[in-house]
Amino acid sequence: MTMPFYVSPEQRYKENADYARRNIARGRPAVVLGYDGGIAFITENPSRSLHKVSEIYDRIGYAAVGKYNEFENLRVAGIRYADLRGYSNDRSDVTARGLANAYAQTLGAVFTESKPLEVELVVAEVGTTPDDDQLFRLSYDGSVSEQGGYVAMGGQADQLTTALAERWRPGLTLSEALTLAVDILGRDPGGGAARELTPAQLEVAVLDRLRPRRAFRRLAGPLLERLLRPDDPTTDVPHTDERRPGLHDTLTGDEGEGPENPEG
Amino acid sequence: MIHERGTSVPGRFPAPFLAPGMSSFTEFLTGYAPHLMPGGHPLPGGILPEMPHATTIVALGYADGVVMAGDRRATMGNLIAHREMEKIFPADEYSAIGIAGSAGVAIELVRLFQVELEHYEKIEGALLSLDGKANRLSTMIRGNLGLAMQGLAVVPLFAGYDLARGAGRIFSYDVTGGRYEEKDYHSVGSGSLFARGSLKKRWRAGLDSAGAVAAAVEALYDAADEDSATGGPDTVRKIYPIVATVSAEGYRRVDDDDLSAVVATLDEEGGRR
Repeated sequence: MTMPFYVSPEQRYKENADYARRNIARGRPAVVLGYDGGIAFITENPSRSLHKVSEIYDRIGYAAVGKYNEFENLRVAGIRYADLRGYSNDRSDVTARGLANAYAQTLGAVFTESKPLEVELVVAEVGTTPDDDQLFRLSYDGSVSEQGGYVAMGGQADQLTTALAERWRPGLTLSEALTLAVDILGRDPGGGAARELTPAQLEVAVLDRLRPRRAFRRLAGPLLERLLRPDDPTTDVPHTDERRPGLHDTLTGDEGEGPENPEG
Repeated sequence: MIHERGTSVPGRFPAPFLAPGMSSFTEFLTGYAPHLMPGGHPLPGGILPEMPHATTIVALGYADGVVMAGDRRATMGNLIAHREMEKIFPADEYSAIGIAGSAGVAIELVRLFQVELEHYEKIEGALLSLDGKANRLSTMIRGNLGLAMQGLAVVPLFAGYDLARGAGRIFSYDVTGGRYEEKDYHSVGSGSLFARGSLKKRWRAGLDSAGAVAAAVEALYDAADEDSATGGPDTVRKIYPIVATVSAEGYRRVDDDDLSAVVATLDEEGGRR
């Protein structure tokens, strides 16, 4: 039997951290930021079906960067956690803080025990007023922090955070918030020309404060284009679902006829 | 991916939370917290005390989907346990479930079924097919068989709008979870025989939603006339049946103002008094 060389905990954690950081930094960043009517999630994602942003519970959303299979697994765990809590207690007892703690414990335990999870997460909960909104950022090592108003994570997270700190302010409209996010996500970290991100390259979702129960909706199609166009008067999402039958997880603004569905 | 010994860290997700490839909440709950399942623990011996029972539910198809309605009474032996009980629930946006039988277990079952459907929706990013929903309900009722044999049976009626077919469909169940698709209309619960007789005369192919709502209310009215466990519309206390339509527009509860008009019309033309 071979004896492993002694590696000090500092050394091991540092290597684990470097490993996780390096791999997370390779991925596209994601931005989560508050606006007057809720919380918006924006990331560059060419896939329509492999999501980086998801609904966890009525008022709670989730965004992740890093390794897909790992954050997908954590997303499902979060949904199970939330649904179990809501089922055994009450829907109002499911909180982002509780969920963020469970994620932090899990990430922290895995980090010290084995290969760290190559993910960074945001757990966001929309409150009744912007002051009640909560944004938790979780790192691969289980460290958790509560952020005021905006978070950037993934590749070039530091530059993005600096840019957000300069330009984000409370009370932005949704279209202002999205325009800001798309602008900084398109920047070239090397200082080159900025890229123009089109709606088709983006994955965008909101937690809409004014919805009665499930606040999470994806945004796509003409609605997203209108929100991102500076000359368009659309500044917020409709608070009711579109009438087309089927799953109402996405608002596309692609309706045309008829008044909006009064009951959502 | 997670070491087993890791489960000793307090607060972290236990292994079943991270098990991949399962989108059923019921299956998760059965594995992780079976005591939270309706009927998850064996009953102690002895005679069951009296407990509330939910009574009559009707459902019928109409041109755009289905209508489901239930009276508001829960009985406990000869007593009225509740005057305003709600027995019709939206299972999700495109389906409704109505319950008859042991009220406590039934309400738990409905809550679990609602979570089940939403859980699937969130994990898979898609709606279950109507047949899929009906089958999941079957499994849940079968899980309650132990309690049913001891007198705590739950007999739901399930109806929904089938998005693939573009039509409403109705499913009834037996206590073993057997699932039967009903044509046109159906009823369950203590007053169901009278309600079904009423629906037999009133139901026609291609009813509009107002006609179907009126037929459903009348069926409950007829059941309440003959069955003491079914509560009729109570115009004094303003308690009306719960009536919901499920169509391509989704689940819509008919509001009490509309129902009071329906009841008034029935009273005028019906010659009940």
